[in-house]
Amino acid sequence: MHGRPRKAASKPEASAAKALKLRSVQSQFMSNHHRKIYTQEAIQLSAKLLAINPEAYTAWNYRKLAVEDNLSRIDDSDPSLVNSILNEELEVVAIALRRNLKSYGAWYHRKWVLSKGHCSLEKEMQLLNKYQKLDLRNFHAWNYRRFVVELTKTSPQDELQYTTDLINDVSFSNYSAWHNRSALLSSLVSKKPDGFMPKETIRRELDYVHNAIFTDEDDQSAWFYYLWLLDQTVKMETPLRTSSWPSDGSIIILSGPGCFNGSSSSKFTTFCSESASFPLILYFDQAVSGVSSSTVTIDSELQGNQDLVWEPVSDKNSQLSCVWVARLKFDSTEPCFRKENKVKVSLGKSQGIVSSRGCNLSAPFEFVFTVHIHDTVGEPQEGIVSWTDGFDNWDAQSKDLNSLITSDQLNADTGFEWRKQAIKIEIECFRDLHDSKFGKLILARLLMAEETMISDDAVKGVHYNEILQLYNDLMALNSSHDQYYKDEHSVALLHKVTSSTGMYRRMSRHLFLYRNMNNIVCLRLNNLTLSRIAAVEKFLFVQMLDLSHNELHSAEGLEAMQLLCCLNLCHNRIRSFSALDSLRHLKQLRVLDVSHNDMGGKHPVDTTRYLCSRPLSNSAEIGRQVPCKYWDAYLVLRDLKKLKQLDIIRGNDLIAGEEFSSFVRQVVPKLVWLDGHKLAS
Amino acid sequence: MADKLEADKHVRYILMAEKKKESFESVVMDHLRMNGAYWGLTTLDLLDKLGSVSQDEVVSWVMTCQHESAGGFAGNTGHDPHVIYTLSAVQILALFDKLSILDVQKVSSYIAGLQNEDGSFSGDIWGEVDTRFSYIAICCLSILKCLDKINVEKAVDYIVSCKNLDGGFGCTPGAESHAGQIFCCVGALAITGNLHHVDKDLLGWWLCERQDYESGGLNGRPEKLPDVCYSWWVLSSLIMIDRVHWIENGKIVKFILDCQDMDNGGISDNPKDAVDIFHTYFGVAGLSLLESKNN
Repeated sequence: MHGRPRKAASKPEASAAKALKLRSVQSQFMSNHHRKIYTQEAIQLSAKLLAINPEAYTAWNYRKLAVEDNLSRIDDSDPSLVNSILNEELEVVAIALRRNLKSYGAWYHRKWVLSKGHCSLEKEMQLLNKYQKLDLRNFHAWNYRRFVVELTKTSPQDELQYTTDLINDVSFSNYSAWHNRSALLSSLVSKKPDGFMPKETIRRELDYVHNAIFTDEDDQSAWFYYLWLLDQTVKMETPLRTSSWPSDGSIIILSGPGCFNGSSSSKFTTFCSESASFPLILYFDQAVSGVSSSTVTIDSELQGNQDLVWEPVSDKNSQLSCVWVARLKFDSTEPCFRKENKVKVSLGKSQGIVSSRGCNLSAPFEFVFTVHIHDTVGEPQEGIVSWTDGFDNWDAQSKDLNSLITSDQLNADTGFEWRKQAIKIEIECFRDLHDSKFGKLILARLLMAEETMISDDAVKGVHYNEILQLYNDLMALNSSHDQYYKDEHSVALLHKVTSSTGMYRRMSRHLFLYRNMNNIVCLRLNNLTLSRIAAVEKFLFVQMLDLSHNELHSAEGLEAMQLLCCLNLCHNRIRSFSALDSLRHLKQLRVLDVSHNDMGGKHPVDTTRYLCSRPLSNSAEIGRQVPCKYWDAYLVLRDLKKLKQLDIIRGNDLIAGEEFSSFVRQVVPKLVWLDGHKLAS
Repeated sequence: MADKLEADKHVRYILMAEKKKESFESVVMDHLRMNGAYWGLTTLDLLDKLGSVSQDEVVSWVMTCQHESAGGFAGNTGHDPHVIYTLSAVQILALFDKLSILDVQKVSSYIAGLQNEDGSFSGDIWGEVDTRFSYIAICCLSILKCLDKINVEKAVDYIVSCKNLDGGFGCTPGAESHAGQIFCCVGALAITGNLHHVDKDLLGWWLCERQDYESGGLNGRPEKLPDVCYSWWVLSSLIMIDRVHWIENGKIVKFILDCQDMDNGGISDNPKDAVDIFHTYFGVAGLSLLESKNN
């Protein structure tokens, strides 16, 4: 019980007497309420009850009924009569609030009374100012304040000044005031035509919050406000296209059905497609809707690609996604193969691609890539795919990475230079504070932000080592949250390791070619202690991905990899099928290894269940032929129609044996290899 | 300092509290007996002791709290109906597997009738709006399997309008983020398959910062004291968005165990305060989420 000490010596006799008295008041009240008695005496009894117990919600209801009853009896053209009735209510509320300043019933009753009009709003504001000085964090008071402010039509600027006064004069440590400030500024901004927070405002607020931060480093309120401002400084309101596959200026070789065999002597990497189509992937920096054949136009010599269907790679419920895919068809028997086919993709010319906050894609954008179509040789291969044998190094000389990806730059909008400058200033300030937890965390975030803004290839990547060190420091300093810092560390590490330009150019060291599948590109990111997947927009071209021997507990982030046909997730920390939900979107997947994880073990709490597309329909759509206990496995595996090789039993706690095996064979009919054994056809 | 959950003591505490109807503490909470019953019974069920109470007695008392005409349930016999107690009543019946005695049509119509134009829900006919009631309505109707009686899309829109810039949610648009409200909003979005509206990283970090470095306990918002009930609100929110690995398990378990009253049984909001059913429930429920080896 809040505020009641444990060994409270309350005399049982006194307590019993109090209880009896309250009981009798309550019974009498209930009787009046049920018999709809609204005499003065009865009303006063309800006031007595509420003074003892402001939480007796039925008494507040009763009083509302009594007020309405009284108002219906009096001559309501006489305002003083109406006022006296309503003021009586306000008095009862004030008494109740003295007993409990957090009583929902009391505050709502006041609101209900005020909604009738007639009462003095100025008095309400005065009362509020008094209450708020008593308890700066009382959210009931803040909510009521917003209600009264709306009625009085006080300007947001005046309310902003009120938060300034509270912060300056009363206390910096006032999360509620800072929160209100952020809400007011946001609503001011949303009323402006361009929707951006003006740089003068951001600068003013940054300076203001610096004051609070440098005065009391331990107070959290200012830090949270600062992080929101940082977000405002870095993020552009309008969505941007971050990456695509194929990328601008790239040349891709496509090979048709039956291509996963033999070796290719081509100088360029060949992309295999068994369906005579290839995905066109658009990756945005925030979730958008409205990507369609009317907002994205394709100009191409490949036949039959009018009116493309664009799909968001996301849950079925959502039309919003960072990743959008359409499939372009090509005909490998046509005489046009071996010819250069240019494809031009334009977006943003017509409005329609919108972020979740209603902002349109900023500027029209187009990119061009070239497609060569090669013939295929031989029969489709049924041999088992190995993750260890049959690989050649990526030959950096003969294989040009730039033919596969281009590093997209943040479009320079008119505010871009100012943003870069602002971040630079902040980095200077925070280098001095780097001994505290928040200081290090903010510096790490500032450096990541600056990293994304670097356009000079020569220095791209300069910050990653420092960022990684900061997260290592944080793990040691604040071990309660070490998994959070670990995740952030993994994100930074992945960005560093997959950089193809700049100081590191790391990615080529992790790329290999798998001979047995026509030299498809394999990216090895194993043994990196990764706890989280990130930077996927940098390696959308990869068809074979090795993430084994890491600390991943979810496949979240992989859904964008629409070209992926082989995935290795063995020796990670995946605990359930729902954690693999993202894999549903990888319709090209042929080879999947999830052995040696934590699946099927005694984990009563499934932390990825509600993130799946249909968390509660675990029995409805499955029908009788599939055992209910495998519902989450079913929902992941049934979409992987091309899966030929699956490693799952070894090293997991799943029920090995006939029941699970036959379930898998039923759901994935094309499966050839299960846990290293060839299945009887 | 405790090192294990004293299950038997807590069971005894709950059973005794149920009988002590005439103490002042009990009378002053008369109006929310339905909630208290839900907390107590669920705790007993978590500790495998639901059989210690008379199912028939409880169920028939629950039904006396249903309003004949309105269809909703009150906090106790004779009090007015409200969604808060309607959910607890339905949850209690579900615990005993007795949902079949309900006139589902009546109860669900009561709740559906409280949805407003903007998608929000009022708690009762008097019109107070709060995202708690959105969660209550959605949770209750999903148990009764009639979510289709409300406009789910608008309900979701209203909840999203209560999303704040720190990633959290408040009780109404513009209201400050609070772990209890966050649980309600995230829960409602989870049930309706709408978690894509949540910025999991932003909210996850705000939630993991609720952990107090020294005591290991969780608070409900910045600069507030840790309290056992937040073990539920914060933890289950983190679980729903798959970020629970960002807080330190062991420390919270220790905090909850330290809040036990080793003499009288029961759990309190912090080690110094008096115990009550509310915090006993949230402490035990929180532990069940942590897969503690003490269970």
